[in-house]
Amino acid sequence: MTDSARRGNINYLEYVRSLEPSTKHFKNCLSAFGVGGLICVIGQFFRYMLGFAGLSGDELAGAVSVVLIFLGCFLTGLGVYDRIGRHAGAGSIVPITGFANSVTSPAIEFRTEGYIFGTAAKMFTVAGAIIVYGVFSGVMVGIIYYFL
Amino acid sequence: MSCAFECRMARFAYITMKKGNTLFFKTRPRVRSYAAVCGSKEKEGVIGGYADVTLSDDMYGESTYEKAECKMLSAAVSLAVEKSGLTDGDIDVLFSGDLLNQIISASFAARDFQFPFLGLYSACSTMSEGMLLSAVLVDGGFAVNCVAATGSHFASAERQYRYPLELGCTRPPQSQWTVTGAGACVVSRGAGNIAINSATLGRVRDWGVTDVNNMGAAMAPAAADTILRHFEDTGRGPEDYDMIITGDLGALGSRILKDLMWEKGCDVSDNHVDCGEIVYNVIEDEFQGGSGAGCSAVVMNSYIFTKMDAGLYKRVLFAATGALLSTVSSGQGESIPGISHAVEFERLPPAKE
Repeated sequence: MTDSARRGNINYLEYVRSLEPSTKHFKNCLSAFGVGGLICVIGQFFRYMLGFAGLSGDELAGAVSVVLIFLGCFLTGLGVYDRIGRHAGAGSIVPITGFANSVTSPAIEFRTEGYIFGTAAKMFTVAGAIIVYGVFSGVMVGIIYYFL
Repeated sequence: MSCAFECRMARFAYITMKKGNTLFFKTRPRVRSYAAVCGSKEKEGVIGGYADVTLSDDMYGESTYEKAECKMLSAAVSLAVEKSGLTDGDIDVLFSGDLLNQIISASFAARDFQFPFLGLYSACSTMSEGMLLSAVLVDGGFAVNCVAATGSHFASAERQYRYPLELGCTRPPQSQWTVTGAGACVVSRGAGNIAINSATLGRVRDWGVTDVNNMGAAMAPAAADTILRHFEDTGRGPEDYDMIITGDLGALGSRILKDLMWEKGCDVSDNHVDCGEIVYNVIEDEFQGGSGAGCSAVVMNSYIFTKMDAGLYKRVLFAATGALLSTVSSGQGESIPGISHAVEFERLPPAKE
C-alpha cells in the first residue's frame, strides 16, 4: 500500500468514526447497575433463606453460587438471558449468572454437532478465556499478596 | 455462414460488448421468473407482502439452522423454476452460493436438482454475481435458462461469524442483522418482461476498515467504485435510473456511499435505495438494517422485481455488496475487503412482449 493510499485510508477511517452512532454510556451504565444490582439482591435473598435453613460459612457461599448458576443456565435455556443481556450489558455478564450463560449458550448452540465434539468440546469457547485469565490474575494477585 | 465471417462477427461483437469493466448484453437476457422465501422477522417488513413463502418458524421444520438455510434456498430455486413454467430438464445451470463455510447450503441445496451447479462465493454480493454470470452464459449462447440464487440465515451466520445465539452480549449500535431468507431468479433467453442490459464487474476495494460490526463502511467504497465505473462505461448518470439499489450497506453505509459518490460529482441521494436499510422495520436490535447474502436476494426477488413487472420502475441498477472477510482474517487483524457487482435491469415496454 502506498503512502498516499494509507493517508487516504486514515482520512476515510476518521470520517467513518465521525459518523458512527455513539454508544449511550449513561443509559447503559444505568441499566447495568440496575440489573446487576437486582441479581445481587436475588443472591442476597437466597443467602438469607439458606442461612435460615442452617447453612453457614463456605457451605452457604457455595450454595448461593450454585443456585445463581442454576438460574443463569435455566434462563439461558429458556432463551431469556440473552434478552436480558442485550439491555443490561455488563450488568448481566459480570455476575456468576453471566458466567453460567457463557458456558451454557455454546453448549446449547453446538448440540447439533453431537455431545462430544459439539456440546462438550465447544462448551468453553467463550468461557475458556474467562477461566484462563481469571485463574492467571488470581495467581498474580496471590503472589503479590504473599510478598506484602 | 462461413467460419471467416463468424470470426469477424465474433471480433466485432467483442469490441462492442465490453467497455471498461462493463459488459453489454446484445441479446438482453430476461428475468423469466423469480421467487423469494423469507423468515418471520422479515415478514413484518416491506417484503412480507411480496415474498412467495414466509416462514412462521425460522427452523423451517428442520433440526438445525444450517438445514433450514439449505431448505430455504432449495425452496426458492424450485419455486422460481416452477413459476417460470419450465422443468428441471430445461435449466442449464444453477449459480448459487451462501455465507457458510464451503458454501454448504448452496451445494447441499443443489442435491435436490437435476441440473448442473456452479458454486459461487462473493459474500453478500452473490446475488448480483449469479445474475451477471447467468446473463453472460445466456447472452453468449451457452445456456438458454440459468438460475441465480442465494440465501442466508440469521442463526447460522451468528454462529459462524459471531457468538452463540443465547449468549447475553450487547450488539454495538453500528451493527446489522443477518437476513433470514433466500431468493432465486431464472434468467432466460427471450421470455420475460425484465431485461438485463449490462453488468459491471466489481473490483475488490479495501480502505482499511477493521471493525467487523461496521461492514457498511467496509463495503461502501467498493459500491461507489462499481457504480461510478458503471456510469462512466455506459455514459449515463444517476438521473437515468429510477432506482440505484445496493445490497446491504445499511443506514450508515448508505450515508457513506452517498457522500463518496457526491465527492466524485455524482449525486445519488434521490434514487438510491439500500436493501438492508429497507428490509426491516427497525424495532429491536437491527440498528443499521439487514445484511447477509439473503438480504439483497430476498428484496430483489420479491419487492423490486414485482414492482418492475408492474411497470413502476423502468430502469434499475442493482449493485449488491459483499464484505469478503472470514473469522480467521478478522481475528488476525486484517482489514475487510469489499466487493460489489452491478447489474442493470430494464422493464421492457409491453408492446414488445
